[in-house]
Amino acid sequence: MELSPDERVFWEYGFIHINLTLVTTWVLMAVLVIVSYLITRRLRTDIRISRWQCILEMLVLGMNKQIQEIGLEEPKKYLDFIGTIFIFIAFSNLSIVFPGYVPPTSSLSTTAALAISVFLAVPIFGISESGVIGYLKTYVQPTFIMLPFNIISELSRTLALAVRLFGNIMSGGLIVAILLSIAPLLFPILMTVLGLITGLIQAYIFSILATVYIAAATQESKSKKIKLKPKN
Amino acid sequence: MQIDWFTLVAQVINFLVLMWLLRRYLYKPILKAIDERESKIVAQLKDAESKKKEALKEREEFNKKNEKFDSERDELMQKVIAESKEQKKKLTEKARLEANALKKKLDDEILANHAAQKNEIEENIQREVLEIARKTLADLSSVDLEKQMVRTFVAKVNQLGKEEKEKFVSTLASGKDPILVQSAFDLSKSEKSEIQKEVNGLTKKEYGFEFKVNPKLISGIELSANGYKLSWTISEYIHSFENELNDPIQDKKDQPSDKK
Repeated sequence: MELSPDERVFWEYGFIHINLTLVTTWVLMAVLVIVSYLITRRLRTDIRISRWQCILEMLVLGMNKQIQEIGLEEPKKYLDFIGTIFIFIAFSNLSIVFPGYVPPTSSLSTTAALAISVFLAVPIFGISESGVIGYLKTYVQPTFIMLPFNIISELSRTLALAVRLFGNIMSGGLIVAILLSIAPLLFPILMTVLGLITGLIQAYIFSILATVYIAAATQESKSKKIKLKPKN
Repeated sequence: MQIDWFTLVAQVINFLVLMWLLRRYLYKPILKAIDERESKIVAQLKDAESKKKEALKEREEFNKKNEKFDSERDELMQKVIAESKEQKKKLTEKARLEANALKKKLDDEILANHAAQKNEIEENIQREVLEIARKTLADLSSVDLEKQMVRTFVAKVNQLGKEEKEKFVSTLASGKDPILVQSAFDLSKSEKSEIQKEVNGLTKKEYGFEFKVNPKLISGIELSANGYKLSWTISEYIHSFENELNDPIQDKKDQPSDKK
């Protein structure tokens, strides 16, 4: 029994190996891009629009609103990153409805890659917003004594992100696999439905946490702006 | 449950590629379309707002024009009503005057007709009465009556006033023609001589006399010379009665014209 799709390798050359995780990811990427292209190539700016365009607009605007509500004033700047995390994880998790499909998010390598992306994105956005010093200052908040704890927190939350997503999705797939061998009727379906909900919730949690981390990193510049306002 | 580092790196790259592709094919076009639509809606709303304002302005203008038109119409209507009233008054007055004139004309005609009829009747009555009198007196006339008449005539000559006498004398003296004495019947000699005597006595002169019988006198004597006439005849009385009768008729005839 395979615990991770990484273990199924299709092609190998030296250290390069193409496994199920990568292949599934590419297929998901291709589907997402093609569907997006097909819908967005005939966008209409009238008041009457197609239902597909309406769905995409709802999705994009919903994500925009969520990002804004968490505290990032210019959501369009973060939409590419956070939106892609959400869409990829959600699409990856919801595709479990297809039989024989193994979500790439059930691979620790994928979740770790996403967590590392968040880990790297936080300082990038933080520095771009409040500069290197401004960003580094967030590590000594509220006092200098908190520096090691802040660094530990930074690392542990990245690990938590990766393991949370991996654990939830992998466990869902594992439970379905185990139930299939015990009770092949009905139960696996219920568990799959549960898996759909869990998958969507995990996608939401992952992207929201990423947003919160980025928002926390950009707080320095925001507090500066707030401090400057009364003087004006 | 191990991390495959190659897969991890590949997934990071995959994620970055996916992010770029979705940015290229999803977020940008969708956000652009949304922005365009929003700006279009804003423009449409602005346009609608401006059109609404314009419409309100036009409506206001229209209302003003309407009010002006109404007031002008009312004014014109009032004017027309006043003019028509005036016209009506004039026409009524004219009609009244015409009716009055017609009525007056009709009344006059009726009165004239009535008067004419009355006159005719009166004239007929007069004529009849006179004819009866004339006939009666003619029937009653006789020689004795003639004698009485001669006496009456002589008495009349005697009773002439001073002025009348002078006029009578001077008139007779001025002419050479004989004095014409007309009577309804032939006078006897004594009667003729009595008349001559009386006239000569009055004038104190001898004049020539010519005696003539004139049945038209009915009964009586008429003396005429040089345009002067002295008479006592029934016919004369009848004439004077006739004249008296005619005078009131003439007066009545004149009355309608007096009214005018």
